[in-house]
Amino acid sequence: MSEWWTYSLRDLLLFSPRTYTRLFELYNLEWWPLQLVALALGIAVLMLWRRGGERAGRAIAVILALCWLWVAWAFHAQRYASINLAAGYFAWAFVAQALLLLWLGGVSNRLTPAPATRMQVHAGLGLFLFALLPFPALGLLSGRSWTQAEVFGMAPDPTALATLGVLLLAGARPAWALYPIPVVWCLISGATLWTMDAPGFAVAPLAALLAVGLAVAARIKQAGAAQPGR
Amino acid sequence: MTIKPNDMRRRLLGAMAVAPLLGPAMVRAQPARPATRAIPSSGETIPLVGLGSWITFNVGDDRAARDASAEVMRAFFQAGGRLIDSSPMYGSAQEVIGYGLKKLGRPADLFAADKVWISGNGEGRAQMERSRRLWDIPRFDLMQVHNLLSWQTHLPTLFSMKAAGQLRYVGITTSHGRRHDELEKIMASRPLDFVQLTYNLVDREAEQRLLPLARERGIAVIVNRPFQQGALLDRLGRRPLPSWAAEIDCTSWAQFALKFIISHPAVTSAIPATTRADHVRENLGAAAGRLPDQAMRARMAALVARL
Repeated sequence: MSEWWTYSLRDLLLFSPRTYTRLFELYNLEWWPLQLVALALGIAVLMLWRRGGERAGRAIAVILALCWLWVAWAFHAQRYASINLAAGYFAWAFVAQALLLLWLGGVSNRLTPAPATRMQVHAGLGLFLFALLPFPALGLLSGRSWTQAEVFGMAPDPTALATLGVLLLAGARPAWALYPIPVVWCLISGATLWTMDAPGFAVAPLAALLAVGLAVAARIKQAGAAQPGR
Repeated sequence: MTIKPNDMRRRLLGAMAVAPLLGPAMVRAQPARPATRAIPSSGETIPLVGLGSWITFNVGDDRAARDASAEVMRAFFQAGGRLIDSSPMYGSAQEVIGYGLKKLGRPADLFAADKVWISGNGEGRAQMERSRRLWDIPRFDLMQVHNLLSWQTHLPTLFSMKAAGQLRYVGITTSHGRRHDELEKIMASRPLDFVQLTYNLVDREAEQRLLPLARERGIAVIVNRPFQQGALLDRLGRRPLPSWAAEIDCTSWAQFALKFIISHPAVTSAIPATTRADHVRENLGAAAGRLPDQAMRARMAALVARL
């Protein structure tokens, strides 16, 4: 696109808010009752985290990777691409995140539940639970119906937020390479909602930035504690 | 004096009350056909109001929304509309237009306008062919270079396609007031049939150089963003329509905004986009009845500037 810098975000919006919410409705109706399976997978992640250990960490990585792959194919490539020319790129980014999860979490054990600061545990658990339960209901506040809910494991926003929650719970050795794609996605999604004047557009971006801030703060605290003489 | 919403409601209710007393012919009377203006390079006339498809027709695979878009097109054709404009940049809009044309049956006098929006000559031809298949039409009437992208490459291609009878008119577009200097140079140096640009009651930069140049060079002008993507109507809609709008047969702010645009002598057609059949009828209604003269245009602009 020529002189892209002269375009505002609102100029790039190609669809109406109604079309966007209908996208989730048609997607949910097409795949019902897969949403219940996704919810069960989310609960399984929580139980695995409570159990702890490397096997649990690997299982969590595989579950999350499956979710990211599913969103890449079923949502971005099959649905969103019909109204957003950039959705193909989003699909590839989500595939990349799935591969990173499999590599860093499934092979290198970087998602193994580990000791973390109390703040990290509270924030990680809070973020994961928020993505699993209240987030799909957020749309109701802005007049969306249940059939238009964005569900963990199927819709990109709650999947990204839940992944950031798991990263916080993985504790002291953050797998930094797993942060950029979920965070950038949350920013893109927030910008999209903002261009549509959707209430709650800031929820995902703020939650993502909070997760990064807490991870950085915990890392700094840990580094400080490890220095001799302190 | 202004028409207040309650007064308008009373008038409508009054009209509804007497409707049963009127003969069927009066009740079913078709609205006046939209006025037309000639394309300078050919003398062919097209209605002063067309139909845009940005955002409104990008509904993806949603069958219900596609049917609703087809109903908008049906209302458009029934009210005398001809020019529909789209672009490969508008997501699924071209496919949805093709769906509507197939469902309704393609009108013989459809004026199909699309754009090429890609870098490179070979890619441009391939993209135009994809667009044609999505519309499912034999050829486009008008093909435009979208937002001046790779215009040096595409314009020669479009002129050669026109010479070969693969399209009828060649144009170039811009929007949001971008790159007017470059557009002016192209208009002055290339034998364009059409130019498309943004012009409305608020965004009036085109009046300074581009619209006079279009008249001088015999270039037809399509106007996009007549309502500033709805923002202008949102702003105007908070106030009652002035009573003097009736002097130019305006019944809504949308018609007020459109009549301002199409009354400029250089403008050939304005292309508002909508998702509603009643709005498309209202929009085409702006091209019927009286248009503002120079003094009225000044009054309209002054009013909007004060709001």
